[in-house]
Amino acid sequence: MKLELRGISKAFGSFYANKDIDLVVDDAQIHCLLGENGAGKSTLMNVLYGLYQPTEGHILLDDKPVAFSGPGDAMAAGIGMVHQHFMLIPVFTVAENIALGAEATKAGGVLDLQVTRKKVREISDRYGFNVDPDAVVEDLPVGVQQRVEIIKALVREAKVLILDEPTAVLTPQETDELLDIMRQLKANGTSIVFISHKLREVRAVSDVITVVRRGLVVDSVAPETSTTELANLMVGRAVQLNLDKEAGTPGEASLAVRELSVINPAGTTTLDRVSFDIHKGEILAVAGVQGNGQTELTEAILGTQPVNAGSIKLDGQELVGKSVKAVLRSGVGFVPEDRSVHGLVTQFSIEENLILDLYDRKPFGKGISMNLEAMKKNATKQIADFDVRTDNPLNPASSLSGGNQQKVVMARELSRDLKLFIASQPTRGVDVGSIEFLHRRIVAERDKGTPVLIVSTELDEVMELADRIAVLYKGKINGIVPGDTSREVLGLMMAGVSQEDATSQAGHVKADAEPVEATPVPVETKQPGQAAPGESNAAEGEAQ
Amino acid sequence: MTTQGLQPSITLLPSKKTPIVLSVIALITLISFGFLGSSQAAHFSLSTATDAFTIPDLVFPGMATNIVFGVLLVALAAYSWRLRAKGQALPTWAVVIAAVLFVLGFLIWVVSGANINSISLASLLAGAVVLAVPLVFGSLSGVLCERAGVVNIAIEGQLLGGAFTAAIVASVTKNAFAGLIAAGIAGALVSLVLAVFAIKYLVNQIIVGVVLNVLVSGITGFLFTTVMQEDPELFNSPAHLPIIAIPGLSAIPVIGPILFKQSLIGYLMYVAVFLVWFGLFKTRWGLRVRAVGEHPKAADTLGIKVNATRFWNVTLGGIVAGIGGSFFTLVAIDSFTKEISGGRGFIALAAVIFGRWNPIGAFAAALLFGFADNLQVILTIIGTPVPSQFMAMMPYLVTIFAVAGLVGRSRGPAAVGEPYVKE
Repeated sequence: MKLELRGISKAFGSFYANKDIDLVVDDAQIHCLLGENGAGKSTLMNVLYGLYQPTEGHILLDDKPVAFSGPGDAMAAGIGMVHQHFMLIPVFTVAENIALGAEATKAGGVLDLQVTRKKVREISDRYGFNVDPDAVVEDLPVGVQQRVEIIKALVREAKVLILDEPTAVLTPQETDELLDIMRQLKANGTSIVFISHKLREVRAVSDVITVVRRGLVVDSVAPETSTTELANLMVGRAVQLNLDKEAGTPGEASLAVRELSVINPAGTTTLDRVSFDIHKGEILAVAGVQGNGQTELTEAILGTQPVNAGSIKLDGQELVGKSVKAVLRSGVGFVPEDRSVHGLVTQFSIEENLILDLYDRKPFGKGISMNLEAMKKNATKQIADFDVRTDNPLNPASSLSGGNQQKVVMARELSRDLKLFIASQPTRGVDVGSIEFLHRRIVAERDKGTPVLIVSTELDEVMELADRIAVLYKGKINGIVPGDTSREVLGLMMAGVSQEDATSQAGHVKADAEPVEATPVPVETKQPGQAAPGESNAAEGEAQ
Repeated sequence: MTTQGLQPSITLLPSKKTPIVLSVIALITLISFGFLGSSQAAHFSLSTATDAFTIPDLVFPGMATNIVFGVLLVALAAYSWRLRAKGQALPTWAVVIAAVLFVLGFLIWVVSGANINSISLASLLAGAVVLAVPLVFGSLSGVLCERAGVVNIAIEGQLLGGAFTAAIVASVTKNAFAGLIAAGIAGALVSLVLAVFAIKYLVNQIIVGVVLNVLVSGITGFLFTTVMQEDPELFNSPAHLPIIAIPGLSAIPVIGPILFKQSLIGYLMYVAVFLVWFGLFKTRWGLRVRAVGEHPKAADTLGIKVNATRFWNVTLGGIVAGIGGSFFTLVAIDSFTKEISGGRGFIALAAVIFGRWNPIGAFAAALLFGFADNLQVILTIIGTPVPSQFMAMMPYLVTIFAVAGLVGRSRGPAAVGEPYVKE
């Protein structure tokens, strides 16, 4: 089916998330929408799917104008959408999820799940999805949940499939599998709108790439366009591709984590006897697919996560069992993974946010009063140092963009003398320009001799920053490897393959000269777009 | 691809809760009920005069039985400690056996030490079902609302509104069926207020529910004194629904009176439990309702009207609870009095949680509370060693222990209490 968007605009108040967008997706075409977080890609697709009403413009299917008052209409017209945050009911089975809204019934509205099961098996077999219709969705890995979403669209006979940031939650191997699935769907005549900000995938699978920036279509280009050019189009100016980080000069071991284990209230082991060291002046990056124990690891060091066994020693001092305040006082700087919830009090001013964990220390606190003058001076200095874009330090933190919010958090944590710096997802939902800046500050802190622990689900960020890489899989350290390890090996290790097997398998793939991707990207070429992290806050950001 | 088998290699010992509780009840049974108990025999009669055939009474010597029970419980407690040391939890059947032994032991101890050493087990159970009827309807209302994602604290108000309306309509029209229908409408009206405020105006559902309870209590109390007490002949002498005994079947000992000797509302209860269960888990309607209560946005993206579904479910819940309330004035008691529902709406709410948001579970939980309620009445009559005030606490103690102790971390619908707003 041919899909055409003509002059679509979508305004929220006076802010235009989309302005005058024209887009044509041909029959059996994979059309990529490339753009940074907050560029307006998800808003556009929500308009197309009937979740938002366009302020102006028309949607045409096979040259006939259509109007959708809700997702039901869009589905009936043959449009299917796989949302970035899956729209699956976690406690339902696969079959129940797929039946929902289009149930096969016997007399009297009695569910006939047998029909749905049969359909699921049919599609699952046709595309090699390997999905059990009776599995409960919350027990399935994210990659399989995504396939359930795709089956959901296919069962409803979608002719146009929208995939919104589908690879954000996948391992590199799962991503390759998904790209294969997309090619198969295309071969069967399905048109696909593929939303992404990851250049590698986009170039590997698309027929046409439309670049969106600040709600406007910038250009439509062929997939052969170079990554540099794509990155420049996406960001709107020339971007530097490499961090050009110098090799670190690690000193003695400073942080020693031994046999650290955490069991969550449900009884699942989320961290299983994790042991590692970080040396002074070294960045250790923890790689892994989200939910493999990263959150628990950083929170255990900070002290917000109860530890069931093991020890964490910083310069010989035990941190386990200490209060969070004592841990911070002993010189730990902490950037949490979700800045708007754990990093900032968004209603507080920038000035106040810059001293959130220093409020009772000199020069800011004195007895029961606060030294407002010192706070003001501190804010002026930090805002200049970290290039926080704001016209007034008394504005609430919520008025800042994601990148500038993250700079505030980072400025606060780096303003103390640190013995350990922990940053979790340091650039998630941050624009490319800020990413560069934040990465440099992290490396600068390392060069001061501070041990640095980075946790990121973005493989590119890990490879960019790390001196050494620890791969977490199901709560265990599945090997600690040098920072220049190839992404194939890391990808396999993130999926649970042991280091030795991963190394030999990755070598094997190369020897066969039959890579899964259409355009293998040399490892040494860094691509800034890929370093842009998962667009987890993008939908909210765009909606504002 | 060869993935490593990464099995978690450290395990925590299961909680000490079960072995400790078992040890305590074992000691209570062995010492208080056994060694310190009365040596008189406790009689439990299973048949009533109208039964088709009679089953002989069950007779237990008080002290001896409880010593045996106590020893068995001590053995179970020891077994539970041993399992825990090996990192295993006690299997469910053992917990059930322990609970049955303890309850039986308690009954035998109380009856053997009472002034009259005999109670009728048949009427104890039949009475439990009767007392449970409004609870079951109330908890079904709770299940219907909460499965769709709306907290219904107003069950108490719906029961009370149903009881009052049934009384006044059945008095004026001299027709119990009219009263029954009016009760359903009254419950629906209370629900409607909840639905409008909670779903349309996004007011906190708990607050609306609490306010509704106070409102209904105030209105019925006011009308009771100003209207009903002025002319009780006309306004507060409702026609009653007869008890329908099914010939033959109702004469079966023990189960006959429970299943086949009920009022219309009693039979309706069994039908309603089945219908709500079947509807929620076997039909298209139920699948959609549960989706709305779990993940409204997902339901919305599939074209399901979230707020309309919630609205109708809350209304339906009101009708069910209203009918349950009519049981007070059309079957159980002669006329309406202030606060006739006596907090049973809140017990029903506990039954929803104890029953894990499942109609059949809620039914079982309501029966348990009904049983505790009736037991306290009967034990007070036969004159037990325990002061009656303590006995009167029993249903509420059972509620607290059931909800806090046994349920633990039960998981309700994920989106319950959260209004759904489209972006």
